[in-house]
Amino acid sequence: MSRTRAFLGMLITVPLIWLFAKSMSRDPRDLGPSPLAGREAPGFTLAVFAPGQEALARPVGDSVRLAMFKGQVVVLNFWASWCLACRDEHETLSEVARFYVGKPVHFLGVLYNDDALSGNKWIAEMGGQSYPSVLDPGARTAIDYGLYGVPETFFLDASGRVAFKNTGPVTATVLRRVVDSLMAAASAPTAPAAPAAPAASAAPAGAGSK
Amino acid sequence: MRRARQGLVALSLALSLALILPRATAAQQAPAAARDTQMVTPEGLRSNASAKATDPALEARTSGVASGLRCPVCQGLSIQDSPSELSQQMRSLVRDQLAAGKTDEEVRAYFISKYGEWILLEPKASGFNTLVYALPILVVVGGLGLILTLVRRWTAVPADGDKT
Amino acid sequence: MIGTLAHGAILVSLAVVAFGMFFIPFAIKRGRRDWVALAYSAVYTNFLLITLATVAMVWALVTHDFSVSYVAQVGSKATPLFYTIISLWGALEGSILFWAWVLAMYAAAVVWINANRPGNLVPYAATALMGISLFFGILLIGPADPFKPVFPVPLDGPGPNPLLQNHILMAVHPPLLYLGYVGMSVPFAFAVGAMLSGEVLTDDWIKITRRWTLSSWGLLSAAIIAGMWWSYEVLGWGGYWAWDPVENASFMPWLTATAFLHSVMVQERRGMLRLWNLNLVVGTFVLTILGTFLTRSGIISSVHAFTTGTIGYYFLAFIAVTLLVALALVAGTSGRLKDENRFDAPASRETVFLLNNLFLTAFMFTVLLGTLFPLVAESVRGIKVSVGEPFFNRMSLPMIVALLFLMGVGPAMPWKRTSMAELKGKLLPPLIGATVMLVIAVAFGARNFYALVTFAFVGFSGASNKFEIWYGIRARHRAHGENYLTALFRLMAGNRRRYGGYVAHLGILTVALGIAASSTFRTETEATLKPGDSMTVSGHTVRLKQVWGREEVQRSVIGATLEIVKNGTVTGTIEPKMNFYPTSQQPVPTPQVKSSIAGDLYANLQAFRPDGSSATIRLIYEPMVPWIWFGGMIVVLGSVLSILPTRSRA
Repeated sequence: MSRTRAFLGMLITVPLIWLFAKSMSRDPRDLGPSPLAGREAPGFTLAVFAPGQEALARPVGDSVRLAMFKGQVVVLNFWASWCLACRDEHETLSEVARFYVGKPVHFLGVLYNDDALSGNKWIAEMGGQSYPSVLDPGARTAIDYGLYGVPETFFLDASGRVAFKNTGPVTATVLRRVVDSLMAAASAPTAPAAPAAPAASAAPAGAGSK
Repeated sequence: MRRARQGLVALSLALSLALILPRATAAQQAPAAARDTQMVTPEGLRSNASAKATDPALEARTSGVASGLRCPVCQGLSIQDSPSELSQQMRSLVRDQLAAGKTDEEVRAYFISKYGEWILLEPKASGFNTLVYALPILVVVGGLGLILTLVRRWTAVPADGDKT
Repeated sequence: MIGTLAHGAILVSLAVVAFGMFFIPFAIKRGRRDWVALAYSAVYTNFLLITLATVAMVWALVTHDFSVSYVAQVGSKATPLFYTIISLWGALEGSILFWAWVLAMYAAAVVWINANRPGNLVPYAATALMGISLFFGILLIGPADPFKPVFPVPLDGPGPNPLLQNHILMAVHPPLLYLGYVGMSVPFAFAVGAMLSGEVLTDDWIKITRRWTLSSWGLLSAAIIAGMWWSYEVLGWGGYWAWDPVENASFMPWLTATAFLHSVMVQERRGMLRLWNLNLVVGTFVLTILGTFLTRSGIISSVHAFTTGTIGYYFLAFIAVTLLVALALVAGTSGRLKDENRFDAPASRETVFLLNNLFLTAFMFTVLLGTLFPLVAESVRGIKVSVGEPFFNRMSLPMIVALLFLMGVGPAMPWKRTSMAELKGKLLPPLIGATVMLVIAVAFGARNFYALVTFAFVGFSGASNKFEIWYGIRARHRAHGENYLTALFRLMAGNRRRYGGYVAHLGILTVALGIAASSTFRTETEATLKPGDSMTVSGHTVRLKQVWGREEVQRSVIGATLEIVKNGTVTGTIEPKMNFYPTSQQPVPTPQVKSSIAGDLYANLQAFRPDGSSATIRLIYEPMVPWIWFGGMIVVLGSVLSILPTRSRA
């Protein structure tokens, strides 16, 4: 009798402990790959509020449509002036964008839950942004991309699919690696439709959320 | 007499079962807010919230859908309850999509396609998820069966040394 | 300096506790009661040492000694003294220290009160408590060491988590919670003691255990209600319960403890359910540790979850050890427990208690399953799912209404057997109560099935419990010719346990009424107002007077002053605010609530224009919310009544 009970108890205890031990190795804030990965990127038409510099500049008020970049790689960076983690990646993004001038790659900043005035002030404070940034009224585009917080960076391949999502501040290594592989895939004659980079979210999540 | 007593047990069992089985929720209707609320804006201020809060049926549907969607930035609250900015924007998106003629299910599907199943505050009762709904019901039904058997067995014991 | 001292105190206490823990069984084996008494001094010494460490921590906090790691983590010179002191439990390490202190206090109290009790129950219980203390001591020198030296010493710290320094209830809810939560270790220790000493075969240990469970239960009830109040007053969404993992963690042991408090009566009266009660006591304790693990390990993200670290693995190991020890003990005991399995009739209070236990434990199981299911789903399917409020409401409502119904049936049912005639007479007032409540609810516009059933059952059980008290008063009035008030007091004094239980029932029913009314009849609206604009929610109109800003020492505050307008005249103001703390990107909402017995007007500042030209306000009218807090106080009153020993009849 008591042996049966002990056995029953173990039957509950052991899986429970196993479950916890297994779950301990995961970060609950890491939300896994974006459901958008490998799917066609949501389109948008958004107005430029920060022009960017030199070769990459676009006039303020210019409306940017995703469709304009067809056949090219797009790096979409969601940011905000109130976001502390965005400060860490700002310079990297500007530099890498400058590095790819003349290549079929477009960098675009999307301002998330912020106003143009604070956005421009922040850019000035941070020493300028090489590529243009657009406004996202009502965060509609952010929601379309399944945004959890800022910063998040989406990499769209030449066929207009979401290839990769980076949560938290993006590093130069990740930027260069993903952009290079996407460009290589685009130029290869037998480029498969599948995304070149694993469509997973890298880097610790939850770096900056509002 | 004995029959009557057993009947009472059976009745309470049936009553409990009846209460468990219907899957109607108060929860989804409870926050069906804004039904008898009205907006007074003397200067005709037209913000997102005030302009559209005039259709009670739409508001009720909006809060119904919004109560089932999880706020991405606040862990655990629905976008209906959460005061965060993103939740307010998501609510207004839900309202717009419903106003544009989408069904509740289509709006939910939109959010699942963007955020994954995670966005649903209540898992869909299909496949593996059925467990989370079925197990509690099994426990209650099994427990009621056990109590019924035990009470039967315990009352069947012949009245030996009386303990009154 | 003070850190080193406190660290030393904890180290010594570890040695003391380890010694006591192993020395007691040794002393018992040798049959030396005098050695047991010596080992008891280990319990007191531990209490003194942990008290010393806790006082040292408070001292370090107050004097802003940033060389102590915990102070460097949560302290700030700008934080007001009051919030500096209570930041003792504002983060992981401090809360573990506080936990260890409460546990040491309980252990000392248990030994102090029961020192002269013959038998080995108390010595073994002390062993178990020292075992738990040992675990928390290890945490305090390991993964949750609050006294790590910091070098170089920072000049200032970031201050406590903004959410925790924003409301006075942070001084009330956590201590109550720890007192109730940690208090569940005592019944567990007695259960272990009873099994080790063999006293489990008699029912005397259960009497002590019941009283300790009851006091912890009362504290835990108060803590849960205070937590609801805090979340209502601080989080700005106008709700008080969100089925957050940390709320579930406090609620699950409450459910099993409630089940125990009822089924223990069956054991005392009928000598039955011994094994079941043992399981409930053990289960309650395991659930407290499990809850702490869930919210402290970072395994589940929760509003209140503290920073992650290795501490989860320690808790995991402790849960495993506790479960294995408890399993071995219970399995070893179960064969020896001979219940007198006999009921007189199916229609009896015994049966109602069985049903009560079923629904309470099934409720606990549902909450546990829902809380853990995201982990299960991710481990099995590799997909993140959420299990939140809609699920818990859907699944728990049937069980809640069943429990509300049983709360009315139980007191009306006598022990052993019920005659139909007696039952008919007793069920009349409850049925009238149910009808009255139902009519009122329908008149106010409630149409939802569960809402109506809840109101009816609250009326049913409310009348049932009130009439049980009334029957007692009437009997005294007739027998002794006492006036009704005297009869009430004498009645309560004469059988505190029984009538305390009814009072606690009435408290729970009041809470249920407040919850049912506020969730059924809640109305809310949100609007962006310019100064001079007004908005209305169910007959309550407010007008925006101005949006203002103010700098305070530790934060900056943005507020909106709204005038409450009734028939064209201003009857008061309501002032929701947003507090901005330097350490947090997001503002802390600070809603304001205007309470009356009928309901709350709840205003939250959702957004504002920095130039003060407009503010977005969420205005909610929630009927009868104060009844929840009031009901909580009645519950506490009921448990206090039940704990006090019954005086022998004068």
